[in-house]
Amino acid sequence: MNRIDKKFKELKRREKKAFIAYIMAGDPSLSVTKKLILELERRGVDIIELGVPFSDPLADGPTIQKASERAIRNANVDSVFKLVRDIRLKTKIPIVLMLYYNLIFHYGLKRFVENSVRSGVDGVIAPDLPPEESKELRAITKEHGLAAIHLLAPTSSTERIKNIISASTGFIYYVSLTGTTGARSKLPKELSENLRKIKKMTKKPVCAGFGVSTSEQVKEIQRYADGVIVGSAIVKVIEKNIGKKNTVRKVGNFTEALCTR
Amino acid sequence: MPETLMVALSELEKAYKKARQDAKFKKELKGLLALYAGRPTPLYLAKNLSKNNGPKIYLKREDILHTGAHKINNTLGQVLLAVKMGKKRVIAETGAGQHGLATATAAAKFGLTCDVYMGEEDIHRQSLNVFKMRLLGARVIPVYSGSRTLKDATSEAIRDWVTNVRSTYYVIGSVIGPHPYPMMVRDFQSVIGKETKSQILKYEGRVPDYLVACVGGGSNSMGLFYPFLKTRARLIGVEAGGFGLNTDKHGASLCRGRPGVLHGTKSYLLQDKNGQIKIAHSISAGLDYPGVGPEHSYLKDIKKALYVTVTDKEALEGFRMLSESEGIIPALEPSHAIYYAARRLAPKLNKNKIIVVCLSGRGDKDMDIIKENL
Repeated sequence: MNRIDKKFKELKRREKKAFIAYIMAGDPSLSVTKKLILELERRGVDIIELGVPFSDPLADGPTIQKASERAIRNANVDSVFKLVRDIRLKTKIPIVLMLYYNLIFHYGLKRFVENSVRSGVDGVIAPDLPPEESKELRAITKEHGLAAIHLLAPTSSTERIKNIISASTGFIYYVSLTGTTGARSKLPKELSENLRKIKKMTKKPVCAGFGVSTSEQVKEIQRYADGVIVGSAIVKVIEKNIGKKNTVRKVGNFTEALCTR
Repeated sequence: MPETLMVALSELEKAYKKARQDAKFKKELKGLLALYAGRPTPLYLAKNLSKNNGPKIYLKREDILHTGAHKINNTLGQVLLAVKMGKKRVIAETGAGQHGLATATAAAKFGLTCDVYMGEEDIHRQSLNVFKMRLLGARVIPVYSGSRTLKDATSEAIRDWVTNVRSTYYVIGSVIGPHPYPMMVRDFQSVIGKETKSQILKYEGRVPDYLVACVGGGSNSMGLFYPFLKTRARLIGVEAGGFGLNTDKHGASLCRGRPGVLHGTKSYLLQDKNGQIKIAHSISAGLDYPGVGPEHSYLKDIKKALYVTVTDKEALEGFRMLSESEGIIPALEPSHAIYYAARRLAPKLNKNKIIVVCLSGRGDKDMDIIKENL
């Protein structure tokens, strides 16, 4: 069984909801990223969503755009595979890569999936790849047991929701708002209603992200979904502490306060 | 494309298909193109540019159009569609500012709110167009990310659309972006080729031997080529050679790029060994894009069209040549096509041959750059 499926099963048994943390590989360096993953696991994070920097991150807001710019010289697909391979000696935490489709396409779909699995990557999210364009990638991920996580948006029609649910493995990523990634003080009113609707349509885990930055928002989402994804809020703490002492511990403190309160 | 936009794209496709078959929509657009934009544009025989014993060079005079370039053909169509769809706000990306200006113009005419994303670098290069857009009531939003040119302005416009998708219509300025944009922009720009065809048949009784147009995203060239796809005319797209193809500073996606995916399109793209998009360069802001319309990639692959490059320096020579020989000051973008037609193609042909060059815009916007470089 895939590490992601195992994790959701275990959480279910413990009657817990998943906390998924996003960080950008290579921000500020690959060695710090490695330490951050282990620290985040220690602090209660269930799944790591690891961004791969891209020159044109069009689904991302300013925080992750900047992280991408900082990281682009430090990381590429191969160095991220190596990072995951190294870290697999120390942790079994599920790791999902989040990267724009051109990076996968350029690397070669089959080679990408094979090397993902060989390195210990558990799933892949391409935020700019809708299900109607992902058939080829899905066929390969299915063959190799890599989870293919698709995004659902507030604007998705019922028909699209059905298709995306059936295309997704691992979990379904519900985008909580119409917009790019980035902390928001308020999340849309219809979020809980939409999550309830989607939950009724599937037994697969549904996790929500985009805009989440406070423990209240985390709790609110965890009431309706199987998990919550926090990215920009954590990346911001990394950004603020670049070059300072105890970066890793500070990010750990912040994340722990978000996920366990 | 992000999932958030998928429903909007299919709504747009439906609305466009309906409009395309709607006699009222077609009549309204035709009226606007004629009385507001100034169509048909002349197909002008540039006698001085056509040297003795050389081929005839005709210019399709899109530079004469309202707002100074072919861009208005597309924005009138799309803004009219936005109105039909009940949208109150339009957004656009712009490089040289011509598409931004044409969108701001159409938005002013139809009373829509208009925000234009423009790379900070281009805002400096094309300050006159920025000023004009603001006069027309549009907001010009500077983009500071990445290369601060057209590619980043496009990403930022997409981010805006993802955020305001329910209320906003995104007017894409070239044959790029997700379906249905490349098809829709091609159709709106095809008026260039359709007019050219009927004009040349009238003047010469036959289709031209060569059609030459510059290619950035590829809208004026696609507009010229499309109605000729089933004819014997040879199609030549001229890309920005920048400092030269042996350098890293050019905009030759078709001649030097590899297949990739950007802004919802699979096409030839300038990218590095890791799949990161490279920064394009051209003296003309309108050709400064690392991608190209997917249909051009297709025409290249099936060898229906030939794609070549002209450097910054050569484009300046083309610019000077046309200004001095014909009294027509072209924009730097079509100066690439002028140079190719007059200097590389014409000398190889005899006087029985006919070349049509798309003069996609006039040079007013480029005066600052010209002053610095000539």
